[in-house]
Amino acid sequence: MAKPQGNHVQLLIGTRKGAFTLTSDPVRSTWKLEGPLYLGHIVYHYMVDPRDASSQIMAMKAGHLGPTVFFSKDGGKTWKESSKPPQFPKAVADDGGKPDPDKNIAEMEAAKGGETGKEGGAEGKKDGSAVSVVFWLSPGHESQPNVWYAGSAPPGMFITTDGGDTWTPVEGFNKYCQDTDGLHGEGETPGGQLTHSILIDPRDPNHMYVSISVGGTFESYDAGATWKPLNKGVEAEWLPDPEAEHGHDPHFVVMHPADPDRLYQQNHCGIYRMDRKDGKWIRVGNNMPKEIGDIGFPIVTHPHDVNRAWVFPMDGTTVWPRTSPGGRPAVYETTDAGETWHRHDLGLPTEHGYFTVKRQAMCADAQLPMGLYFGTTGGEIWGSLDEGKSFDCIVRHLPEIYSITATLV
Amino acid sequence: MLVHIPSPLRSYTNGASKVEAEGASVDEMLDHLDKQFPGIKFRMIDEQSRMRQHIRIFVNKDTVETVKAPLKSSDEVRIICALSGG
Repeated sequence: MAKPQGNHVQLLIGTRKGAFTLTSDPVRSTWKLEGPLYLGHIVYHYMVDPRDASSQIMAMKAGHLGPTVFFSKDGGKTWKESSKPPQFPKAVADDGGKPDPDKNIAEMEAAKGGETGKEGGAEGKKDGSAVSVVFWLSPGHESQPNVWYAGSAPPGMFITTDGGDTWTPVEGFNKYCQDTDGLHGEGETPGGQLTHSILIDPRDPNHMYVSISVGGTFESYDAGATWKPLNKGVEAEWLPDPEAEHGHDPHFVVMHPADPDRLYQQNHCGIYRMDRKDGKWIRVGNNMPKEIGDIGFPIVTHPHDVNRAWVFPMDGTTVWPRTSPGGRPAVYETTDAGETWHRHDLGLPTEHGYFTVKRQAMCADAQLPMGLYFGTTGGEIWGSLDEGKSFDCIVRHLPEIYSITATLV
Repeated sequence: MLVHIPSPLRSYTNGASKVEAEGASVDEMLDHLDKQFPGIKFRMIDEQSRMRQHIRIFVNKDTVETVKAPLKSSDEVRIICALSGG
């Protein structure tokens, strides 16, 4: 196994209608688009293994069909479907035998107020959940090759130890969600309640963070067996108790690669920073310009500088248009851990630019100077080769972008 | 029995729109289908044995609501990816 290396940056792109790759020349001045892979399939997350460049993995489903995972062991040349995709345990029948599908449906209908009892099953049904979307993929610890974690809607967490072929539930996390009020709902993906931002501490494979949209951020020190909420300081305007332990809405949480104890969070209610020893999130988004606000989905950190991060604000006022504020898209950068923010819009539309950027659709490469990339809801990929100060549109006319991951080939 | 496969699932059947399968119930028929074409069942039926939201199964001319529905070897099964707009 060899880590990704080479002098060509490659972006792995997941879209609402398939997957693509975008590969640069050595100076990142020209790019070659290839694809689509699995045209028409919804690719929520498309990743390369940072421990093994030959391994790639995609979380996907199709409009009519259930969720699944595809993986490649030859750098994306050929793909294989998981023989056992992420799935919750089968509900146990009263007699301990095979569950009765009709009974499940009846219970579902009752729990959902008479709606049809088809797929879904999380709402009000604690022992009959079904994965409707595999939304998130994270590689395991450096010392655990072929381990990946998956996050789902409804909220669930799954692990593979064979590179993606067979998946089993992380029972501790899933039980925690089932046993905690408000952590086992489901909404329209990718906007509803789902598991994301699975972060493994590079110093300790047993220490991990996981976040749930409309749920909060949670931490485990025992490889996922037990969990505690980590939401102190996070605002949630819909929670009557300002000190509520969970129910918050993290959109994206990142552990800084240069300091695993420095966390950043883009939340439904602002931008936050935490130094783990403090145990409390600080709303650094309050330092954003008031006319822009601090609402958005992605947040990207610099590969080396713990105080540098970039966000892509969206309009979170009134009915939440979820478009670039004022139709003037911009990236905002902090160089002092959120104390101040600087607008960067050079090259971006100066008016009538109403796209936005979804949570996995913004990333950085590891080059010098760092490249910063984002994909839009309008199917464009924009890139910056000067660490976010100016942007060029690399590709247009793709489907809605759901995820971008930078690697080297 | 003859089973009609909709186009979204033909990547599993090597492009075949009609295949043969056996079973005394829809569930058994789908299990047999999955043995021939690994992975196809889970795209239609979730882990709680519920039909996915946009899947419909007809036995002859009648839709079935549960995978427990009985089948005879003379039946003809149509798997439909239900249109849902958009």
